[in-house]
Amino acid sequence: MICLGDLGAFGPHPDRTCELIRENGILVVQGNYDHSIGHELNDCHCGYTDPRDNHFAQLSYDYTLANTSDDHRAWMRTLPSQQRLEMDGVQLLLCHGSPRRTNEFLWESTTSAQFLAKLCADLECDLILGTHTGLHWQRTCLNSQGFINVGVLGRPENDGTTNVWYTILRSAGAGRSSLLWEVEFVPLAYDHERLAREMRNERLPEEFIETILTGWWTTCLEVLPSKERRRGRW
Amino acid sequence: MPINPTAFETRLPIVVLGSLDELWFQVAGTRCNLTCTHCFISCSPHNDSFGFLTLADVERRLQESVEWGVKEFYFTGGEPFLNPDLIAILERTLDFGPATVLTNGTVLKPEWLERLRAAEQGSLYSLEFRVSIDGPTPELNDPIRGPRTFERAMCGVELLVQFGFLPIITMTRVWDESQDAEILGLFRDVLHQHGYDRPRLKVLPRLLLGAEANRTCGYSSAERITAEMLDGYDTTQLVCQHSRVVTDRGIAVCPILIDSPDAILGDTFHEASHGFAVTHGACATCYQYGAICTNPSHK
Ligand code: SF4
Ligand code: SF4
Repeated sequence: MICLGDLGAFGPHPDRTCELIRENGILVVQGNYDHSIGHELNDCHCGYTDPRDNHFAQLSYDYTLANTSDDHRAWMRTLPSQQRLEMDGVQLLLCHGSPRRTNEFLWESTTSAQFLAKLCADLECDLILGTHTGLHWQRTCLNSQGFINVGVLGRPENDGTTNVWYTILRSAGAGRSSLLWEVEFVPLAYDHERLAREMRNERLPEEFIETILTGWWTTCLEVLPSKERRRGRW
Repeated sequence: MPINPTAFETRLPIVVLGSLDELWFQVAGTRCNLTCTHCFISCSPHNDSFGFLTLADVERRLQESVEWGVKEFYFTGGEPFLNPDLIAILERTLDFGPATVLTNGTVLKPEWLERLRAAEQGSLYSLEFRVSIDGPTPELNDPIRGPRTFERAMCGVELLVQFGFLPIITMTRVWDESQDAEILGLFRDVLHQHGYDRPRLKVLPRLLLGAEANRTCGYSSAERITAEMLDGYDTTQLVCQHSRVVTDRGIAVCPILIDSPDAILGDTFHEASHGFAVTHGACATCYQYGAICTNPSHK
């Protein structure tokens, strides 16, 4: 089990996530949030440019910083910004945004296949895994190199459903198919009403709670490219 | 001991191309149906210093762009929609990657948008429109962009929205920065009234070049980047660190400077991949404001 970073943000009780992950010895790559919280920076460095987006991002960041213990923050500072693994001969590169920059947005509709192919070639890997934009997608380039956004567990995907997403990656085994891996995106239903109650108790913004209860993003929308934006409600 | 005079030579502030992420096409050259007072390359119906690119020109560069790993394509001018090849060019580009067109919104035709909507739906990639309107009222916009241009551009926005596009309204800040929130709020209301229910807005800093330099006296020599200013500076903030521009006269360093003789770097991507001395006045604006030319989804 691997986590690609951003342990806090948006939801309540960031320390509980850290505890679960550390107790279970899960491999974690540092997200922009973890870097900012770890170093007590002023903001999350999510890369928003719109004033309303930044307003809500700051509320979320200030809450998370205030509710993350010194011990977890020290641990966050030690997390690697990327990690290489091998899966039956497939070279995996794990990162948060992109291997070039932790907060780089790689959206499905604005990332060309040729860009991904060059990234894999330059970095001598077959498959790059990331999460930063919070929407799962994958693309395989002609030469069997690829990128997967594995989705996120902390916020639904702006599709009107309340579930969140994770990804199972399997080796396809030699010779079975032309591709060396299989990807399964898994929707995960959970008690989102309880989460909404806990967020209310922590006085997190109503706009965030609405997202949890409806599955539509209400904030941080201005960074979405048009195809992704049109799929949402706002 | 004699002092070596070269030790006193000023180092040049050189920005090296890190990766060619955005490829721009000066697809309409310097030809525009408008003559805005702040146009940084002084475009007009009669400015032929740069000409149109043809579908074949663009096709060749798209093919070449593959090995450079270009991530996104941008189309500018002048007014791109004056180029009779533009629709075919955009249709072809969407086979390679995402495309953004910078338009003044005043010459759009329904039959073009119908084709482009179909092309985008058939593509993996987004087609973005950036419509330049300099403020939420004709009183703010028209003195800069010309009589009735506010009304005509808003008709363009309505048409784009009818075809399911979500244009990014791009404005040059012709007001004080402290008024941003007020003006953007007003602009959102106006766009709602025109049927655009989730307006996307982008504010650009003013560039003191071309017609704008004549209007405001341009940059003083004090506003220049020095080599020392680049020490420790994140140069990925600058467009020239990750972009180049295809023009009919060769490949230029960035969309802002194409009028400067030193901005045309060569005819191949390889020739154009060398570093550039960011010594122009406009470079100081980039330094201060960051990657002003790209979309918010690019970071
Ligand atoms: S600013 Fe744009 S619309 Fe105005 S003259 Fe220049 S190219 Fe044309
Ligand atoms: S104007 Fe900006 S993008 Fe162009 S060369 Fe100067 S710093 Fe680079």
